[in-house]
Amino acid sequence: MAIEVRHLDHKYGEGTIFEQYALKDVSLTIADGEFIGLIGHTGSGKSTLTQHLNGLLKATAGDILYNGESIYKEGYSMKELRGRVGLVFQYPEHQLFETDVFTDVCFGPKNLGLCEEEIKRRAAEALAMVGLDESFYKQSPFELSGGQKRRAAIAGVLAMKPEVLILDEPTAGLDPRGRDDILGLVATLHEEQGMTVILVSHSMEDVARYVSRLIVMNHGEKVFDGTPREVFRHYKQLEKMGLAAPQITYVVHALRERGIAIDEDIMTVEEARDAILALWRKNA
Amino acid sequence: MLRDITLGQYYPVDSVLHRLDPRTKLFGTLVYIVTLFIADHVLAYVAAAIFLTAAIRLSRVPVKFMVRGLKAVVFLLLISVSFNLFLTPGRPIFTIGFLKMTWEGVEIAAFMSVRLVFLVMGSTLLTLTTTPNQLTDGLERSLGFLKRVGVPVHEVSMMMSIALRFIPILVEETDKIMKAQMARGADFESGNLIQRAKAMVPLLVPLFISAFRRATDLAMAMEARCYRGGEGRTKMKPLHYERRDRMTYLVYLLYFALCVAIKFI
Repeated sequence: MAIEVRHLDHKYGEGTIFEQYALKDVSLTIADGEFIGLIGHTGSGKSTLTQHLNGLLKATAGDILYNGESIYKEGYSMKELRGRVGLVFQYPEHQLFETDVFTDVCFGPKNLGLCEEEIKRRAAEALAMVGLDESFYKQSPFELSGGQKRRAAIAGVLAMKPEVLILDEPTAGLDPRGRDDILGLVATLHEEQGMTVILVSHSMEDVARYVSRLIVMNHGEKVFDGTPREVFRHYKQLEKMGLAAPQITYVVHALRERGIAIDEDIMTVEEARDAILALWRKNA
Repeated sequence: MLRDITLGQYYPVDSVLHRLDPRTKLFGTLVYIVTLFIADHVLAYVAAAIFLTAAIRLSRVPVKFMVRGLKAVVFLLLISVSFNLFLTPGRPIFTIGFLKMTWEGVEIAAFMSVRLVFLVMGSTLLTLTTTPNQLTDGLERSLGFLKRVGVPVHEVSMMMSIALRFIPILVEETDKIMKAQMARGADFESGNLIQRAKAMVPLLVPLFISAFRRATDLAMAMEARCYRGGEGRTKMKPLHYERRDRMTYLVYLLYFALCVAIKFI
């Protein structure tokens, strides 16, 4: 029970005509070591929710418990919380500012008040994790390619050694190769470092392959929460929310409508291929 | 914190003030500013207060929203008040060291702060009730006569409208970068002045970069749509004076006459 969210409300622009609910009575529990996909279309409140989890936004009502302790309690150290719950914003490369990559990655651990040696060790570790070797250390972050910039920025958060890593649309604006690289990196972090990962996205295809649990947000409310298989069964409702199940789900359902007995929980193209081949062999 | 800056923001409701021709509102703001500067009598300030209150009521913008905009000038206000309080020669109230508070100083400080508050509220009201597009359209038409003497009125007003349009975008961007750096443990709130100024670097560098990126993108997008300055450009919504505008000008005239009359009492 790493993070517990209890009846969270968030209202923007209270008391003006701009007032609107960004979050409405959201409750959820995130256990240690989970790999969660947080899905919703633009304006569904998914980014707002993530910014609550490390205390950047304060809820209008409700409570958040981190390891059993309320983060809204008097004297709770937000700085410490932000070191433990690392949040990588959308387009994180926009936050790079130092003269070289290494110094930029040092920014986070330096703010945690660690000693010089530890800062450097962590920065080197984080850069190794994202696959940027020593030849990049002294380069200006602004001279890197798009994908490299993003890796450097993610390293900037990883260097704080967070227990929970939240990534807000980490693949936005990347080409398919860059997208697979980043998602692969995140999956590795989850497997090898045992990090709890929350992946925010609006693309089902992206997350279906990696996560073990899916949370769907719509109009500031939590709509579905379960394994990807469970959630994709509601593909018709998802469509109404402006989301879509992975394309292969549609193929599978179309096949079932034609009376072909294929498993409806198939999520990836590979699974579908195997199932279809198996059926075909059986019939032949 | 940053959302409190209301200067240059538009508040979308439908009101008489919103429907007025932008030129009328520009001229009104000008008249209002002039009357504030010629005011040297309590009555003149009362008149200005009534004028402003009436305008705010008519605009249907919540007063709370306007007052929040004042927060931005509190610092400026404090400086000017304290300078006036202590550095105006006259009959002393009390002295601390070389600082001397005088009755004249109190009077000037009071008038100064009222003037400044009214000034900010008046001009905020203009931008709250007028979209940036209307505002520059109005400016362009009102200052059109300057074209004859070679002033690039259209270009200047285009630059102004772009600048205004970018205020909320940059505010939002600042908010986002600030949060991103706070997520990396940055602290913008504590420490002495030098530490705080240093803490701004991680905020300002990305902000400048993004501003330049946005500027080049916009220039490109304008060129892609064949923008070539004001020459021969027509308007989609040409400005027209209506009955309500003429009535408003009449109100201005009365108000201005009243303020001038007070000056001669």
